[in-house]
Order: sequence, then structure tokens, then C-alpha cells
Amino acid sequence: MNRFLLPLSIFIVVVVFLGVGLKLNPREIPSPLVGKAAPDFSQPQLYDPATVFSPADLKGKVWLLNFWASWCSGCRTEHPVLMELAKSGEVPIFGMDYKDQRDEAMAWLKRWGNPYPVVGVDDAGRVGINYGVYGVPETYVIDKQGVIRYKQIGPLDPDTVAKKILPLVKQLESQ
Amino acid sequence: MKWLMLITLLWSGQAWAGEARPLADDPAVEARLKHLAVELRCLVCQNQTLADSNAPLAEDLRREVREMIAKDMSDKEIIDFLVARYGDFVLYRPPLKATTTLLWLGPFVLLMVGATALVITLRRRAHKVVDVPVTDEEHRRVEQLLAEGGKRS
Repeated sequence: MNRFLLPLSIFIVVVVFLGVGLKLNPREIPSPLVGKAAPDFSQPQLYDPATVFSPADLKGKVWLLNFWASWCSGCRTEHPVLMELAKSGEVPIFGMDYKDQRDEAMAWLKRWGNPYPVVGVDDAGRVGINYGVYGVPETYVIDKQGVIRYKQIGPLDPDTVAKKILPLVKQLESQ
Repeated sequence: MKWLMLITLLWSGQAWAGEARPLADDPAVEARLKHLAVELRCLVCQNQTLADSNAPLAEDLRREVREMIAKDMSDKEIIDFLVARYGDFVLYRPPLKATTTLLWLGPFVLLMVGATALVITLRRRAHKVVDVPVTDEEHRRVEQLLAEGGKRS
């Protein structure tokens, strides 16, 4: 009995480590920006290139910043969720069209619907770099003081919206 | 048919040539970029360095680093810029911190455990191995048995 105890316990430890390792998603890199001020930008708007979209305009509001692109398949998956959330009126979602063609982006929104009150254009991907974006879609929850409170990597799904985004938004609204 | 093959071969050769992208003009900037980029991870294709990757984000980041080099920022400033946005994950050599102590010290701990286990096992075995004296009579018997075995085969 004693002979097997040591190998067995080592085996169990290894299994636990590997099991935890299997559950981790290497794509989900914790963002160092959560809890820090949202990087400033002033980008032309998609529908009105002469007007600038800047986070400074949204001080005092809780809002979502959603990086998307017409070429991104994950954004297509996420889109119905954003439409639903926009329709509910719980929190405004502002779009950032990441490294995209203006006409293609507008055609995409025309076809699938536009959940954004304003869409900024980040054609060179510089705003994306400042926000630590490494693959669209990515979504940030920004509070009244302009601080990033949450970062979603990859498409939002109804479950994440209901369990993470909305409770967080409510909590931030009440502050 | 041969012609077709020849054309295909030539064509593929051209495609290969196209992959080596010409980098920016200033060789000094490129040298520093190269030196920095091998230390940085491409976040899209996570097991490649920023230098190796052809992902669009890697290209953008190389452009960003190139611009910072042109602005005469130090290596540390450039790396801090990237770490502030992407976290320690962009570094191929993670810094020694409270959260990474296991990563840095783990291999040495395992080595120590292994070495201790080895020493203990060897000592135990040394106790078990006892010199057994062999008499002349036994020697003769062994030789006889071996000789018989040789005949049989």
C-alpha cells in the first residue's frame, strides 16, 4: 500500500495541474488597462468624417466601447447580441471600426443593423494598440470617470452580457 | 505538360521572393527594431516573436516600435509602452514577480527534489548490496555449467 501512495499522489497532483491547464484559454490575456483611465483618442466618425469622436464627450456616462470590423467573423457572431443590448437601452455601445474600409463597414452595418449611436474609425489600428487590442471583437466597459472597468476579449454572448456586463453597468451607474 | 510544370515552378519562386518584405529604410532603426522584436511576443500567433510574425497586428506594432525608435526613445521606454498596453505577456522573458516565482523557481525546486530522491535511493541501495564471497568449488561449478551450455547450442 505504502509503495503506491507516493506515485499515486504525484499522479493526482499532475492530473490536477493538467486539468486546470486544459480549462485555461491562452487567448485570454489579462489586460493591464482594467482599472486605468481609458486612453484618449479623437477619431473621425464613420458616418460623418468631419466630426471627431472622443471619449471626452462621454464623461459622466457609463458606456461600452466595441472594437469591430466588417472583415471579422467573430463580430458577425457577436452582432445580434449587440443589437439586443442596444435595443434594451441599458447602456450605449460606441463602435470603433478597426482597420477597415469605410464603404465596407457602412455596407456591413446597413445589412446587419447598427447598434452604435456613434462609430469611430481607426483605420491605422493605433487606437487599437493604445487599448491593447490584439483581435477584434473586443469590448471595454468604461465608467463615468472614464476608467476601464472590464475588458471582453472575443465576441460577447448573451450569458456574459447578463452575468457580467449588465450587473457591472448597474453598479457603475449607481456610483 | 513540361512547360506547365516549368511555369508553376517559376511562379512559386516568385511567390517566395514576395514574402521577404523590404523593411524600412534606415538600417540603424532596423537593427534596433530587430534587437527589440526578438524579445517581444506577437499577441495573435502567440508562439512567434514580433520579428517573425506576419500578422497585421505584428506589422502595426513593428511600425509603432519603429516610430518610437525614430523618436529616440530608450529600449526600456519602448518595452514599458507595450507592457502598459498588453501586459507582461508581450515579453518573452517574464519578469521575476510574486506571481511568476513558481515559473522561475519551479524548475530548480524540481531539480532539488529529484536530486534528493536520487541520493536517498542510492544510499538505500548501497545498504542492500552485500558482497557475497564465491568459493573455488562454486567457481568450478559455474565454469562447468557454462561449458555445458556452450555445447548445447
